[in-house]
Amino acid sequence: MSSPAEPLLSVRDLHTSFPIHSALLRRKVGEVHAVSGVSFDLPAGRTLGLVGESGSGKTTLARTVIGLERPRSGQVLFDGRDLVTLSGRRRGAKAAELRRIRRQIQMIFQDPYASLNPRLTVRQIISEAWMINPGVVPRHRWTAEVNDLLARVGLNPDHADRYPHQFSGGQRQRIGIARALALRPRLVICDEAVSALDVSVQAQVLNLLVDLQADLGLSYLFIAHDLSVVRHISNQVAVMYLGKLVETGTTDQIFTAPVHPYTQALLSAVPVTRPWAAPPRQQIILTGDIPSPVSPPSGCRFRTRCWKAQPRCASEEPVLAHRLGDHPSACHFPELPAQPQPAAVGAR
Amino acid sequence: MDHPLLSVQDLTVQFRTRAGTITAVDRVSFDLAEGETLAILGETGSGKSVTAQAVMGLVPRPAGQVTGGRIIYDGTDLLTRPPSEARRLNGTELAMVFQDPLSSLNPVLRVGAQIGELFRRRRGASRAEARRKAIELMDRVGIPAAARRVDDYPHQFSGGMRQRVMIAMALALQPRLLIADEPTTALDVTVQAQIMALLADLKAEHRMAMILISHDLGVVAGVADRAMLMYAGRVVETGELREVYETTAHPYTRGLMASIPELDGPRERLQPIPGAPPDLMRLPSGCPFRPRCAYATDICASQPPTLAAVPTRPDSHRAACHHAEEVLADVVAG
Repeated sequence: MSSPAEPLLSVRDLHTSFPIHSALLRRKVGEVHAVSGVSFDLPAGRTLGLVGESGSGKTTLARTVIGLERPRSGQVLFDGRDLVTLSGRRRGAKAAELRRIRRQIQMIFQDPYASLNPRLTVRQIISEAWMINPGVVPRHRWTAEVNDLLARVGLNPDHADRYPHQFSGGQRQRIGIARALALRPRLVICDEAVSALDVSVQAQVLNLLVDLQADLGLSYLFIAHDLSVVRHISNQVAVMYLGKLVETGTTDQIFTAPVHPYTQALLSAVPVTRPWAAPPRQQIILTGDIPSPVSPPSGCRFRTRCWKAQPRCASEEPVLAHRLGDHPSACHFPELPAQPQPAAVGAR
Repeated sequence: MDHPLLSVQDLTVQFRTRAGTITAVDRVSFDLAEGETLAILGETGSGKSVTAQAVMGLVPRPAGQVTGGRIIYDGTDLLTRPPSEARRLNGTELAMVFQDPLSSLNPVLRVGAQIGELFRRRRGASRAEARRKAIELMDRVGIPAAARRVDDYPHQFSGGMRQRVMIAMALALQPRLLIADEPTTALDVTVQAQIMALLADLKAEHRMAMILISHDLGVVAGVADRAMLMYAGRVVETGELREVYETTAHPYTRGLMASIPELDGPRERLQPIPGAPPDLMRLPSGCPFRPRCAYATDICASQPPTLAAVPTRPDSHRAACHHAEEVLADVVAG
């Protein structure tokens, strides 16, 4: 991915795995390789869309970036400093530096019902972050700051002393966004942040995210399974399959000229609202499901579902590199789509 | 329609809650012909799922109750039949597939036994015969290595495969009407495409009538013949799917269309519908969509609109809006 400036977030060869313990002997019997060697850059003020099926490792990747999971190896560079080597200490200069960086990375979760404490008022939910991170907003400014944040996300500041259950789903997601903004982050990770919302409300929240980015210069790591939503909001897109990135590029490159068979299959599976008016397209229906990340296939991980697989795909792993077109892909046999993919008309 | 397989007339379903009574389905009427597929579309609280539950006799009691209307299936009213008779119809004539297959399957019974049970109970099949039929059905719905997987438990299947098991069970006794309530909402887009292709195949193969319930206008577009949009328990627009999508005459339908980012559309700012889906406990007077509607005028507050013919296709396309012609003119003008 080309970056106009120094990337805000740079992930290098990240590996995150979870041990599998046998229930009986409490011994480690295997490992789930959720993220296996992922690298990408996210420039400041931009949005990187991360797509892939469930089980592809998107959420684990996000949780590792924000520090909720500890990687086995690799680097998470935020503003040039590696969060992985800084973490693991509770006291001292490194721990303080880590806290200062960490608060610049915030997350918006999928479920606006489960991610807000039902016993706290909206005001308490938002100002809790300032209690934990003293020095960001002085206490005498809290009331005014909560009001500002609520107004910014399109909620009535007069409702700050209400509880989450008094709000609709879309309003609750706005509260989650206000909470994420409270510490003045530079990077916001949106993990399926609009997936649970009704279509009409989803569009409102997407517009809000776009506006906030323009006003505050935020960067988004935007995880979603809905490719139309990802295309709408992202500048760059990374396609993930079974713990690895298989194709990365600008939104136009990925959506108009995908060369990896998995990307092509994903795009062709997206339902079109007006099939009669859409350009003719070849629908690729993948058979089967994503394999288990405990014992991924040898060579190319996608080969077990790929219609183009050759013996070479089982023996040699394709690395993510420039192969065809202007962007990197991880396939031994990259090809431009046979029929024109739905074209990206105009850019946002 | 000469002889509709299913004719729902003025169906009203109410729920009693501690805070008061809500009308989840408000005088809904529609017909469905043999072999036809109807998409019922709408957001949270629109009444689309409750409509389906009413047809299947599954409205949760005692809170929920069908308080009015008729559901005529193949000439007889399902609402006045004794429960035993209704039970006989479920499975043999009518079948339903739910959104969440894991909570609809028995976790401690092998999948083959759950499918086979239908043949044992309803058709008096022997154990061996039921098993053979279960394998046959699993194979038909695209479960690989069906002969081996017939002895697996539900948790050993992926979400997509579980949904196939549910479809196999629904199809077992060859129903004439299949209702699928958000059948692909919990699934990945790749698996969603597989399931929708399977439903389209089955529809063609068996001339089965289908009701597809969804919040996603795109998912049903390739399969459904007709679309019916619901809002606050009422039908707001109905007609041939393509007519409804292309010559939209209700502001809610138009708003939904403008809210969807499309894979092949321009990447412009979305035009969301302002506000939130309605609170059924506090519906406004007149048209329930009025507080969110850019077309609303005084008449919308005083008179609830009724379904009326849309001039471009008066025989089949109807919308419940006082300003339908203005909406249509704007839609046609782009």
